[in-house]
Amino acid sequence: ENLPFFITCLVVLKIIKHYQEEGQGSEVVQGVLLGLVVEDRLEITNCFPFPQHTEDDVDFDEVQYQMEMMRSLRHVNIDHLHVGWYQSTYYGSFVSRALLDSQFSYQHAIEESVVLIYDPIKTAQGSLCLKAYRLTPKLMEICKEKDFSPEALKKACIGYEHMLEEVPIVIKNSHLINVLLLDLQEKSTVADKPELLNLSSSNHLEKSLQLLMDRVDGMSQEIVKYNTYCRNLTKQQQQKQQYLQRRQQENTQRQSRGEPPLPEEDINKMFKPPQAPPRMDTLLIAGQVNNYCQNIKAFTSQNLGKLFMAEALQGHSS
Amino acid sequence: PSSGATARIPWRPALSFSSSPFVTILHFLYKIMAVHGPFVKIHPVVLASIVDSYERRNEGASRVIGTLLGTADKHSVEVTNCFSVPHNESEDEVAVDMEFAKNMYELHKKVSPSEVIIGWYATGYDITEHSVLIHEYYSREAPNPIHMTVDTALQSNKMNIRAYVSSQMGVPGKTVGVMFTPLTIKYIYYDTERIGVDLLQRTRASPSRTNGLTTDLAQVASAAGHVQEMLSTMLSYIEDVLSGKVMADNSVGRYLMDLVNKVPKITAEDFESMLNSNINDLLMVTYLANLTQAQIALNEKLVVL
Repeated sequence: ENLPFFITCLVVLKIIKHYQEEGQGSEVVQGVLLGLVVEDRLEITNCFPFPQHTEDDVDFDEVQYQMEMMRSLRHVNIDHLHVGWYQSTYYGSFVSRALLDSQFSYQHAIEESVVLIYDPIKTAQGSLCLKAYRLTPKLMEICKEKDFSPEALKKACIGYEHMLEEVPIVIKNSHLINVLLLDLQEKSTVADKPELLNLSSSNHLEKSLQLLMDRVDGMSQEIVKYNTYCRNLTKQQQQKQQYLQRRQQENTQRQSRGEPPLPEEDINKMFKPPQAPPRMDTLLIAGQVNNYCQNIKAFTSQNLGKLFMAEALQGHSS
Repeated sequence: PSSGATARIPWRPALSFSSSPFVTILHFLYKIMAVHGPFVKIHPVVLASIVDSYERRNEGASRVIGTLLGTADKHSVEVTNCFSVPHNESEDEVAVDMEFAKNMYELHKKVSPSEVIIGWYATGYDITEHSVLIHEYYSREAPNPIHMTVDTALQSNKMNIRAYVSSQMGVPGKTVGVMFTPLTIKYIYYDTERIGVDLLQRTRASPSRTNGLTTDLAQVASAAGHVQEMLSTMLSYIEDVLSGKVMADNSVGRYLMDLVNKVPKITAEDFESMLNSNINDLLMVTYLANLTQAQIALNEKLVVL
């Protein structure tokens, strides 16, 4: 039931341009996607960028900017339905609480809305890397309840792979755009630089692995936290049991001596259960680690292919 | 008519050469005194945006106009963005929503403060009299604005994209006219833009005008296929030369020599060891990635217990 959705050439070009001009370094650029929903299928036809959060523009009103932009675009017949948003990413790190919250608010309003993640570094390596994600219905439920405790998550059986689901993208162009593309191809004098077949990969690999290691560290910290919590919980249970036993013993002793039994005390108040560590962060880190691993595996398979090609080339000449 | 009115003289190629020598002299003078060099650099996103606005035009409008944004320096102009401006056009008058244009420009400035108004565009093939008026308005916004026309009606079976700069002409003291001189257009791309456009080109081949994004390994495969095609073209050319069908060309021969020499000459053992160490690295990374994924999956299951 994950139908691919359509995106036009204009949106792709605008996103590329936005990052290229405004987002150097590891800055994240964001923007809004506009389009329409046609028979359950999403079609993204335009987009506009969001200004960066600068320090000197404290009184900049984001909502006002958005409203004005959409009003103006409506005047020129551009679809003004807010169907999603896009964000650039740095080596694939985008699974974060902020993303979840924003996407939830979008999906709450429009069920089919997506977040487009554009990876400029991967794109510069040879092919356009644009992925679309949506929150799974299970995760939507949880976000709606705003209940991120371990019990709720356990009940819903959410694993890190069930948080975001990828939606396939299909580029659809009108005939006129096709004519334009034909024109561009004939007239453009830019040489074809085959970055895709570039053999040097160690830089990218190093960076990805470094980010992965950071996340794994974070993950192990969370695991340690959880383990301590579990241990504390069991210790507390034991203490409770011991206390009850002692109580029992005392009560029987007292009864045998003919004294009234001690009043029942509220054990729960005495033994307050330790705070369960929030599971949401662990889930997010796990999701992010998973994403990094997927990217790395895709990258290595690509490079293996290229290495074998180089071998074939060498084999013929040597 | 007073000397301030602009005569509506649409620019025709024949005008500069067959009519009065005075016009020819002015044309020549303009070329010397050009404020903008002869180049206009356009990014594909601008053209896509123009085509899109044209497709969404109001009922009854035959063309759309809009503002061009970009950067200008002494030698050339670079157009990087644009937005359409609502306007009404009829036989005798034209009305442009200037408030809107100003507003949009302010909004755009918030995102990219370095972009300035450098001109305007209109779809359609010719420069009409109304264009002159609109151009005058834009002259107030930018020094020496560029006017770009995109022929979306495909009058000559192609989408003709042209750019002009205007200049005054005529005898001072009498009627002055405005002349639009064409500029050369160059399409420029950022690297990532070119890669994006390459992907977009593929929608031309499919009947439903659609194209999905492929997986990584498939991309390498298609790039390899591409190289293979190029190699077979070259091979057939070489065969032809060898059998005498085609004249041998020295420059092509030199390129071929370069190409063959580009494959690095490494001894077999060295290459083996390099290849193996690289492959080992990649395999190890794949193994570690798989291990990590298994680990977090396990952790997940244990916690849920």
